[in-house]
Amino acid sequence: MSIELNPGIPEGPLSQKWDNYKANMKLVNPANKRKYSVIVVGTGLAGASAAASLAELGYEVKSFCTHDSARRAHSIAAQGGINAAKSYPNDGDSVWRLFYDTIKGGDYRAREANVYRLAQNSTSIIDQCVSQGVPFAREYSGELANRSFGGAQVSRTFYARGQTGQQLLLGAYSQLMKEVEKGKVTLFPYREMLDVVMVDGKARGIITRNVTTGEVERHAADAVVLATGGYGRVYFLSTNAMNSNVTAIWRAHRRGALFGNPCYVQIHPTCIPVSGNYQAKLTLMSESLRNDGRVWVPKKKEDCKKDPSTIPDEDRDYYLERKYPSFGNLAPRDISSRAAKEVCDEGRGVGESGLAVYLDFRDAIKRDGEAAIRERYGNLFDMYHEITNENPYRSPMRIYPAVHYTMGGLWVDYSLQTTLPGLFAAGEANFSDHGANRLGASALMQGLSDGYFILPYTVTNYLGTHAQDLLKKVDVNHAAFESAEKEVRAEIDRMLENGKKGKRTVTEIYRDLGKVVWDKIGMARSEQGLKEALAEIEKLQKDFDTDLLLTGDSKLNKNLEMAGRLRDLLELGALMARDALERKESCGGHFRVESQTPDGEAQRDDENFAHVAAWEYKGKGQVPVRHQEKLVYENVKLSVRSYK
Amino acid sequence: MSASQSKTINIRLRVWRQESREAQGFFEEHELKGVLVDMSFLEMLDVLNEQIIKSGKRPLEFESDCREGICGTCSLVVQGQAHGPVRGATTCQLYMRTFVDGETITIEPWRAKAFPVIRDLVTDRRAFDRIQMAGGYTGAKTGPHADANAILIPKDLADRAMDAAACIGCGACVAACPNASASLFTSAKVTQLALLPQGQADRKRRVIRMVDQMDKEGFGSCSNLQECEAACPKKISIQNIAIMKQEYLKAALAADFRAGMGSADGGA
Repeated sequence: MSIELNPGIPEGPLSQKWDNYKANMKLVNPANKRKYSVIVVGTGLAGASAAASLAELGYEVKSFCTHDSARRAHSIAAQGGINAAKSYPNDGDSVWRLFYDTIKGGDYRAREANVYRLAQNSTSIIDQCVSQGVPFAREYSGELANRSFGGAQVSRTFYARGQTGQQLLLGAYSQLMKEVEKGKVTLFPYREMLDVVMVDGKARGIITRNVTTGEVERHAADAVVLATGGYGRVYFLSTNAMNSNVTAIWRAHRRGALFGNPCYVQIHPTCIPVSGNYQAKLTLMSESLRNDGRVWVPKKKEDCKKDPSTIPDEDRDYYLERKYPSFGNLAPRDISSRAAKEVCDEGRGVGESGLAVYLDFRDAIKRDGEAAIRERYGNLFDMYHEITNENPYRSPMRIYPAVHYTMGGLWVDYSLQTTLPGLFAAGEANFSDHGANRLGASALMQGLSDGYFILPYTVTNYLGTHAQDLLKKVDVNHAAFESAEKEVRAEIDRMLENGKKGKRTVTEIYRDLGKVVWDKIGMARSEQGLKEALAEIEKLQKDFDTDLLLTGDSKLNKNLEMAGRLRDLLELGALMARDALERKESCGGHFRVESQTPDGEAQRDDENFAHVAAWEYKGKGQVPVRHQEKLVYENVKLSVRSYK
Repeated sequence: MSASQSKTINIRLRVWRQESREAQGFFEEHELKGVLVDMSFLEMLDVLNEQIIKSGKRPLEFESDCREGICGTCSLVVQGQAHGPVRGATTCQLYMRTFVDGETITIEPWRAKAFPVIRDLVTDRRAFDRIQMAGGYTGAKTGPHADANAILIPKDLADRAMDAAACIGCGACVAACPNASASLFTSAKVTQLALLPQGQADRKRRVIRMVDQMDKEGFGSCSNLQECEAACPKKISIQNIAIMKQEYLKAALAADFRAGMGSADGGA
């Protein structure tokens, strides 16, 4: 059976669609709002801002997170900044320009209407955050400071030193805590969401596990928002946090929510290279460093092991400046990452492993002085020094691409609703705004746009539209809760029971999965490699089912949590391979070696692939079904993305 | 990194094990051989856990998340010091090159009445959330606001607010303080918002309520021992505590506050 994928884009010209939506939406009157409850899972930028904003409207909000505190969500680690079309520098920016840059940056694989709304909301986000006391960087004039990020020729990025994500999250968190104090939000920390409960075709609750006590619990509501982040941890090594995972959205997918573009993954060009085989995660060096740092490798292979300061300029290949003169070191992430891989594949990589390139501040320090560079990037330089024991003020940083962000996620319509009625997805958890590649400083923008300025309208519209049904309250004793809880319990018990017999630890199987996915569904993908990946993941799934070694009990047990997540990541890995296999074109972060231009750039196939692939789950071990949402471009002409 | 890549050390670990909040805790000893000095401290514990799991025992519980020093999740007392012997770093930013071959390393949880142990090295720090909840916000709601550049904020003021706002809420200040005071944590938020124009409307209410909540949670008083500043991975200054005390005094003495606010738990 084919599923009708209706994005529900409002009528009217692009710039009026969101206004039209708001003009025609259903409202809920103030006295009735308290009769509705909304579950928000996740407390990152999207989740915290959504929970706070919905509570301010008057709904009863239940906010869930896996940590002790909402403030620990991984949005906290975003470094560089947040984009907004404020055009304070008077350098030619506008809502249209931000919209256009985002569509182009995403390699023409995102929905026009969503992206335009994102650009429109961007300016309100900055006003909102300033009103919360977010200490953005300022000029001596007292005005807000801006810098540039990849894929843009204007300075539209607002920042708070190298801790922009932290400051924005603490702003949203403080607003959330204000509502907790008022009694409008109830916090459920230490909870992991393990299922969505559907009653009469609508999402009416979730099943959670309290990670400290092991209790499995039922929670009912009238709508459910998943703001649980991306799935970069499928690669084992990534810049994501240890607790980032796919489980919440995957369980929703298992219940019927379609999964959009799982193969679209962002590999960030500037991370500290892998060292040794014990590492658990990788560290990002903010893209903002590319404002002043110059990326290069030696022209000659034999120079690669030399002290870089002894290599004269004429023997250095500043390959981004050479290949993309108009964007230079600020070429978009997918392009910069691939270029780094290319020079390393040619044997010109540096460092012990040969899998690194230089990011050099020599010229910036000469031009602006060490103090100015310290002021701009001090904490990033310190971080680099701590990890590598090398001083980047004296010798260039060594960097290499690493998995950072996932553009794919649950398929949502214009209102951010998944294919399950009443189930919404926001932030990185949805697939919506970045197409096949996200521009730097746009993740924070999207998370906050979804949470502050979209969901408060669209969830209201949903509640208003289905008031008749939703005012008939569902109780957690309903049979649907009963059976969902039973399934969750059975799965946990099964893992603990099987875990007594096996030989392979969670980490061992997980590391193997990561290697397969990185090697075969990473920066370059081929038909043969993807088929191999499917076979290898199937083997790992077997290992997981029959040879898992799991110790400890069902109370606080990180390893048990990881096992449950790994189970889902194994299934996801297979879906990513299928999606990459079916998308026989290159676009953005998805690079099929069979589909490239003579000079090695991504070759899109607009005729056959200008669509979203949305996958339907068919059961464990079953082949999923691929559906399509055609992407319609009425305002932007599809063209070859050039940063030359 | 490359120079020391293959250098390894052997270490002995004394780690705190405690089944539950109520259970009696104890030190358990382990030996780890061939630890690469470029490993992070938490990666070393990952390796230890693999060893424990392979021997069929319950793994050691400890918390971590971002592993880059910003989320505030990791929280270990290493060699008697909160976040270990390196200043200005979280536990996850500690590297094995800090330790010498043959060293015995003692690892304990945060120890404070207000942070009860959940299991092993994991403590419950939700008291911090309740302090934040008491007033650590500006009261701004989602909606239209004045343009972000409508109020100019001098750069040095914004920078000082940012210095205070850099707190990651890890609780090292409490763990390091002989009184288990949460003054550094609380004062960082009070100062950030007291400095900024956006924090003025509820400035008095904020400091009174946050300090009162801090006391209610069972944190001790500040007696200027400065251990918190030394342990703080973000080098938050104890000047913030001085500012908080001044703010508290001014608020408590202000007639308009007392008339308008009533008791501290009454709200406005």
